Amino acid sequence: MNNRKRWLAAPYTVWMAAFIVIPLVLIVYYGLTSNKDGSFTLENILLIAEPINRKALWLALKLSFISTAICLLLAYPLAMILRNRKVGNGSFITMVFMLPMWMNFLLRTIAWQNLLEKTGVINAVLEFLHLPLLNIINTPYAIILGMVYNFLPFMILPIYNTLVKIDQNVINAARDLGANSFQTFLHVMLPLSVPGIISGITMVFVPSLTTFVISKILGGSKIVLIGNVIEQQFKTVNNWNAGSGLSLVLMVFILISMALVNKYDKNSEGAGVW
Amino acid sequence: MAGNTLIDLMNISKTYGKDMVLDDFCLSIKENEFVTLLGPSGCGKTTTLRIIGGFETPDTGKVIFDGKDITKLAPNERQLNTVFQKYALFTHMTIADNIAFGLKIKKKSRQYIQDKIKYALKLVNLDGYENRMPDSLSGGQQQRIAIARAIVNEPKVLLLDEPLGALDLKLRQDMQYELIRLKNELGITFIYVTHDQEEALTMSDTIVVMNQGYIQQMGTPEMIYNEPQNAFVADFIGESNIIGATMVEDRLVNILGVNFRCVDEGIGNNVPVDVVIRPEDIDLVAPEKGIITGTVTSLIFKGVHYEMEVMANGHEWLVHSTDLSPVGSNVGIWVDPFDIQIMNKPESEDEEAVGYHE
Amino acid sequence: MVKKWCSNFYIGLMIFFLYAPILVLVVLSFNKSKSRSKWGGFTLQWYERLFSDEEIISALTNTLLIALLSALIATLIGTLAAIGINSMKSGTRTLMMTITNIPMLNAEIVTGISLMLVFVAVNFARGFASVLIGHITFNIPYVILSVMPKLRQTSRVTYEAARDLGASSFMAFVKVVLPDLFPGIFSGFLLSFTMSMDDFVITHFTRGASVHTLSTKIYAEVRKGVKPEMYALSTLLFASVLILLVIINRRDAHQEKLRKE
Repeated sequence: MNNRKRWLAAPYTVWMAAFIVIPLVLIVYYGLTSNKDGSFTLENILLIAEPINRKALWLALKLSFISTAICLLLAYPLAMILRNRKVGNGSFITMVFMLPMWMNFLLRTIAWQNLLEKTGVINAVLEFLHLPLLNIINTPYAIILGMVYNFLPFMILPIYNTLVKIDQNVINAARDLGANSFQTFLHVMLPLSVPGIISGITMVFVPSLTTFVISKILGGSKIVLIGNVIEQQFKTVNNWNAGSGLSLVLMVFILISMALVNKYDKNSEGAGVW
Repeated sequence: MAGNTLIDLMNISKTYGKDMVLDDFCLSIKENEFVTLLGPSGCGKTTTLRIIGGFETPDTGKVIFDGKDITKLAPNERQLNTVFQKYALFTHMTIADNIAFGLKIKKKSRQYIQDKIKYALKLVNLDGYENRMPDSLSGGQQQRIAIARAIVNEPKVLLLDEPLGALDLKLRQDMQYELIRLKNELGITFIYVTHDQEEALTMSDTIVVMNQGYIQQMGTPEMIYNEPQNAFVADFIGESNIIGATMVEDRLVNILGVNFRCVDEGIGNNVPVDVVIRPEDIDLVAPEKGIITGTVTSLIFKGVHYEMEVMANGHEWLVHSTDLSPVGSNVGIWVDPFDIQIMNKPESEDEEAVGYHE
Repeated sequence: MVKKWCSNFYIGLMIFFLYAPILVLVVLSFNKSKSRSKWGGFTLQWYERLFSDEEIISALTNTLLIALLSALIATLIGTLAAIGINSMKSGTRTLMMTITNIPMLNAEIVTGISLMLVFVAVNFARGFASVLIGHITFNIPYVILSVMPKLRQTSRVTYEAARDLGASSFMAFVKVVLPDLFPGIFSGFLLSFTMSMDDFVITHFTRGASVHTLSTKIYAEVRKGVKPEMYALSTLLFASVLILLVIINRRDAHQEKLRKE
């Protein structure tokens, strides 16, 4: 029976080989060969050492790190509140935080342009209230805001999902054994929600680190992240080997976060992400 | 055995939405007592336990513990500990860390904690399990750890919320003896919640039978079993024949048209009552020797005894006996006068629910 | 009391943060002025013009078609795969699941680039088909991860009971296992459809010059300014999804109520 059932995965296995595994092999191949004669070289990877690229990577790391931290700080209390409220059911909460995705991602980001512009909505309100104006459009701050805005749901949902799974009696047990509410949080809630935090962090950090859209829309033309560099290599410079080489560097960071998820997410095999 | 009153629940009421779970509930628990709250689900037993533990605040009424009003105190400020349903162990900590949790919170010395862990694991027969994770333990073992985790804090009272509910029969019976032994070794009060009458009868000093938020009867297991005060208790504790009857005069009751001698006095003449007769208290004798006669309609072998149903005077009598009477045979029914338990008939549904009320 | 007010306020604030830009876009879709920062009065003209703008309509058709097809195909392949993977030995299963996680955890830009390299390598013309393949690829993992937990919950017992009662293995699967899996399959499909509708990066790298989806069309307009028709279209899309969800939720709540009574 099981022997026959296994064949149901055959179409997917073929698909997976053709469109997941081989593409990755190709990136490695392109990344490690010269664009002039196709010979083996490390020069594409070493491009990362060039000041422009190094700066772009460093800035991307810095901004995505800050965005991830902000997302965590915003999402954790929200997930806690939602858990304690037992608001309706999980699917309602998923719906509320997934619904914005139905407004195109680019348009939502463009809307922030509107809000943040010198003559934009936020400044109009601030002016009305006689408060100092906000001037963050085309600065790294605007990019951070865009990252937090776009990826916050990916932090909320996994944390919420791990928190609702914690048995109320486990929390009661901690209280019963003498822990006050802060100690209960520190020694029981927080450690038990680590898998959710880890998948939330990767779900926010990886797309922030590699984005080229948010930086293009909210950062103006002067701010370049590593994602923009790679995109240009493929779309305008047309040096695919260089682009692949830089992607390989980027993948080191992605692999680290994948390893982290695997470490904390053994049982659910990735289901904790959703 | 029994000492001073340790816990006093005074006029506690609790509602969830429209459901009245406890209504003007009063209960006193003495030091060093094994008290069992027994009743069907929804009777308010778990709510009572959660109010004592501090996980619920009563709408009205007071919880007095050791002479002090603790009604508003948070769970962590109460000198009692709970063994939760399904154990509620901290799955991210080792067994030792689970047991040490309360002691670390109280900032006890490292040496003290080490000694306590050793002592507690020995007490629950799990020495050497310090570094295991809860997930690697069986249900019975996890249960013992949950108990160890609670008792290292030296509570004056241990609250147990259906702790054996998730275990299989054999393990449950073993754990019953274990709990009695633990209680005697520790010399503290146990408040135990269960819906299993056998557990209650085996372990308790005092059983509190509850239904619909009221105490139906409170007493020793023997009292509850032998002298149920109303039909609910009689029905809930063990199997019994509950039959509508009339008290003819002192020591004489008319059951299904036949006069039976009994030992109750002072109920009045010609008063309607319920009688309870336990199946094992009925003797099947030769037809001419019985008080009434009937026909055996079914026979089941139960191991320790035969379970028979006898149709007599329009009622199916449930009889447990080690002697077999084949189906279809005519038998006489004989009951000793002191095995007939007379109960007042409740006059309304409400009174039935209130039943016993101090 | 204060605590409850604070947490309500916080939930409200977060929801406002998430929905404020959407509100802006909705307002802009009714703005007479073409300028994004000035209110020129109420108008419905962008909604009217929308339907005569061939470029936008063609991008919309592409987007919807790709979302629908990729979600359907991914649901089919993914459901079969989940059942297959579930009956594999644990070593192979872990390997399969690790690879399945790659498109979800990997950066979109890397997935996009790597797919583009494959199409170039085998000389596959980049256009509608290549975008579709790209979308199916990143949708399958969502389906597998939605179906897998349901598969774990369905015990062998119900399947065996069906067999015991005389069903063939195919019938037992269709009549007993599949209905159990259905909620997972359906949510996998919805998730896929949503992801596909919202995707930009993969489409950006796998499309040819001839094919536009709404996302790539908007991206192309970022510099010179997005057409207000686009705001109108997005508002329509968003509103229809919102209405759909409200209806589903109402119906669920209603059924829940009936069940309780």
